[in-house]
Amino acid sequence: MAQPLMKKDDDHDDELEYSPFMGIEKGAVLQEARVFNEPQLDPRRCSQVITKLLYLLNQGEAFTKVEATEVFFSVTKLFQSKDTGLRRMVYLIIKELSPSSDEVIIVTSSLMKDMNSKIDMYRANAIRVLCQIIDGTLLTQIERYLKQAIVDKNPVVSSAALVSGLHMLKTNPEIVKRWSNEVQEAVQSRAALVQFHSLALLHQIRQNDRLAVSKLVGTLTRGAVRSPLAQCLLIRYTSQIIRDMSNHGQSGERPFYDFLESCLRHKSEMVILEAARAITELDGVTSRELTPAITVLQLFLSSPKPVLRFAAVRTLNKVAMTHPMAVTNCNIDMESLISDQNRSIATLAITTLLKTGNESSVERLMKQITNFMSDIADEFKIVVVEAIRSLCLKFPLKYRSLMNFLSNILREEGGFEYKRAIVDSIVTIIRDIPDAKENGLLHLCEFIEDCEFTYLSTQILHFLGIEGPNTSDPSKYIRYIYNRVHLENATVRAAAVCTLAKFGFMVEALKPRITVLLKRCIYDSDDEVRDRATLFLSVLGNDGLVGTDSDSIEFLFGSLKAPLVNMETSLKNYDPSEEAFDVDSVPKEVKSQPLAEKKAKGKKPTGLGAPPPAPVSGFDSYERILSSIPEFATFGKLFKSSSPVELTEAETEYSVTVVKHIFESHVVFQYNCTNTVPEQLLERVNVIVDASDAEEFSELSSKPLNSLPYDSPGQTFVAFEKPEGVPAVGKFSNTLTFIVKEVEQSTGESLDDGVEDEYQLEDLEVVAADYMVNVGVSNFRNAWENMDEGNELVDEYGLGPRDTLGEAVKAVTDLLGMQSCEGTETVASNARSHTCLLSGLYIGNVKVLVKAQFGMDSSREIVMKLAVRSEDPSVSDAIHALVANG
Amino acid sequence: MELPPKVKNMLLLDSEGKRVAVKYYSDDWPTNSSKEAFEKAVFTKTQKTSARAEVEVTALENNIIVYKFAQDLHFFVTGGEEENELILDSVLQGLFDAVTLLLRGNVDKREALDNLDLIFLCFDEIIDNGIVLETDATVIAGKVGIDSTDPNAPLSEQTISQALATAREHLTRSLLK
Repeated sequence: MAQPLMKKDDDHDDELEYSPFMGIEKGAVLQEARVFNEPQLDPRRCSQVITKLLYLLNQGEAFTKVEATEVFFSVTKLFQSKDTGLRRMVYLIIKELSPSSDEVIIVTSSLMKDMNSKIDMYRANAIRVLCQIIDGTLLTQIERYLKQAIVDKNPVVSSAALVSGLHMLKTNPEIVKRWSNEVQEAVQSRAALVQFHSLALLHQIRQNDRLAVSKLVGTLTRGAVRSPLAQCLLIRYTSQIIRDMSNHGQSGERPFYDFLESCLRHKSEMVILEAARAITELDGVTSRELTPAITVLQLFLSSPKPVLRFAAVRTLNKVAMTHPMAVTNCNIDMESLISDQNRSIATLAITTLLKTGNESSVERLMKQITNFMSDIADEFKIVVVEAIRSLCLKFPLKYRSLMNFLSNILREEGGFEYKRAIVDSIVTIIRDIPDAKENGLLHLCEFIEDCEFTYLSTQILHFLGIEGPNTSDPSKYIRYIYNRVHLENATVRAAAVCTLAKFGFMVEALKPRITVLLKRCIYDSDDEVRDRATLFLSVLGNDGLVGTDSDSIEFLFGSLKAPLVNMETSLKNYDPSEEAFDVDSVPKEVKSQPLAEKKAKGKKPTGLGAPPPAPVSGFDSYERILSSIPEFATFGKLFKSSSPVELTEAETEYSVTVVKHIFESHVVFQYNCTNTVPEQLLERVNVIVDASDAEEFSELSSKPLNSLPYDSPGQTFVAFEKPEGVPAVGKFSNTLTFIVKEVEQSTGESLDDGVEDEYQLEDLEVVAADYMVNVGVSNFRNAWENMDEGNELVDEYGLGPRDTLGEAVKAVTDLLGMQSCEGTETVASNARSHTCLLSGLYIGNVKVLVKAQFGMDSSREIVMKLAVRSEDPSVSDAIHALVANG
Repeated sequence: MELPPKVKNMLLLDSEGKRVAVKYYSDDWPTNSSKEAFEKAVFTKTQKTSARAEVEVTALENNIIVYKFAQDLHFFVTGGEEENELILDSVLQGLFDAVTLLLRGNVDKREALDNLDLIFLCFDEIIDNGIVLETDATVIAGKVGIDSTDPNAPLSEQTISQALATAREHLTRSLLK
């Protein structure tokens, strides 16, 4: 076909590799496109040029607006030709060029002509092209033809119209919804794909009408659906209905389970897989329901087709997370998959086995995995390491062989992420299994003897400093640590110095020797290392008693009270001056934004469900604003600011949110007001607060807003006094008062003197959680143990029935306003019990830690055992009072 | 909610990972460079595997990818991680067999580039904006090679049925090798 465009000046010697597009250039092809304008069209040559244009577009070459328009206009001339091959290419390039709406006009008449042509291929393609490029107004013009096309006797034409309908439902739902009679008729079609497409469209049209969907599915599950694709679709709709029903409290027999089960015997593997997967994903699926699905998946495991094995093992892997026992029957088949050629399948098989394995099979499994590990990529190894970690936590008695495995792979070659996963796993195991501690620490020590990653070395050194001194023979670690001071870069050396100091401080017997070692570090070439050594020497030297100086302990082992991010910002904002930097001035509020970002990365937000961007509402900026207002300057240090609460419905004339600022003995409400009426200017904006339902509060002062023009937000403040240090709660009703003036929009000048008006806002509540700052701790267990056990208060509560444990956990966390630690806020979907760790800072700067254990019985009644430790017993009491009342 | 099965892209790359023809139906890769990065990642991940006799499968960046190689051509079909692998497999089989028919059994890069118009039409007949349009290879090939008035059109020397017969023969022969 296309003539090779040889370019002589091409230096690359890829002459061996012939390509008809060699040396192709956009400019030249655009020139060639002039043949479209010739009076005598050469269809073959025109097709070739279109292919070249498509090739350029496909290779990612960008056409400018002008170029695209020019090509589009010349292409429209080609409708004169009667050549069917050329016409196909014309359809294709029009779709690729995606012309703008004013250009579309040129081709609509030609395409509409083709839509009514006698040639099926023309009809089908013209429909697809037209529907892709037109807008709503044009759509109404061709609607009649599309309805006819849906019931066309040629399945290709019918499918084209139905698929186009599916796409246009997103942009012009009201039009497409009028076609449901025709679509309904098409569902009865004998052509497999027409049935599939019409079912998809019909469901999409009716998806908001639960009853209609359920009727549709009910009819079809009884009848014979011919196409496997349509059958898959029907299974998806069915499981959606089952989900909706269980959400609406209907219990008893699952209505469509029989249908799903019958699909397991379908002749198409596609349908069997879809049905098996649907069954495994049923909410609260029972083992009786699972069994037939597991049986077919087990058969797939030994299929010669990799895709089938992959699909089966992937599904079983998911089942193993919630129902490990149901999968154990497949273990033998699964074990043979460890040697599968396809490494994705092998990794899935291993991680499944690790989840389902019982205590006695661990050793055998580890042996198999050892052979497997050497020939897979790092990304698979990480998955395996993580599975081994959870296995170890499940069978603590087997820690020895699992720890050995981890330490062996730690010594082998591997990238940073892989090594980090191993180190993390060992650290977790040491933390959770006391017996594994000494052994594990030695493995880590050996690893840092020859570790190329500074980050991992410093992490391990830090960890050694915390755990090492409490072992039976702390002195054996010193050699490893001190070696670092000789052999490593400055960052690692500095970390090693810190670790040494911790040993010296905690272990009296080692103190003199550590002092000697630290003295040698004073001559280090790096100033950070020298500084640290000097500092620790003076801490070690100035008191005789080990372990009693709580200041030093706090200094060496205490965690930073404020999150690191906040610390960093505060330090950046600090101007070197006479005034020293005050650590207490660092805000303690955990900024939740990074978490939201992390979530967004994992799962792409879908359409409207996407979270709105977080408003700019930093604690710092609040503090600055409040301290700049003289009336509030005397209130002292700001303890906490709540996130903004909406006091108006969305899209009303005035939008108001409120932020609650809590001080030691005051509360300030900050009302953020926005005027959304362009013709209005508001003046003397104030909020009248009725505090009759909040007895402990008395209004002190308010600061009105002088002027609130259209679309430029302003704030007004109201301050209250409350008893010092007391977490007073109450309800406040608010009315916005202002003078409204008509304005000339273009100039912004007011046209009249204005009238007084008021606007009722929603009520606002100060709740107990407002007195709690959600400060996290890095190591909850350490923090928990360091807190006086005498101040622990434990009580049990019945929380009543809930759908899931996660719901209860969230409710309690929200009620207390505390920060969940170590990822314990996430609850496995089918969990019957869960422990959530919370930490926070209560008003008066009192640290509070909470262990909340949740359990759910068969009737979904939830009970909670709440253990609270805090620095002040009265605060622990207050927390319990909060839960009891909340 | 989107329930019908969705295909995110179909890729036809050469033995060095370079594009022969690709088509994306998802906004996951908005720019050409992100598309190229994805193609590179897919190619590198699958390069060392053998997907000549059977369709192979792998997971990458929350996507499921099924693939098959023939000579110096690599065929890929990508779907979301929740997608039914066997539906993607049927799309890939449809694509692969249709291309085999259209190239009359000579499935290699040179032949594909020489008949790139047919490859583009083939893509167009299989998926429409991510929705499966047709997966039966003979139907797809039939629609692409629809009889043309142009005497030099690639398939007009033989009738369609003859072409399909020869191609099938080629295919079985290559499978039996």
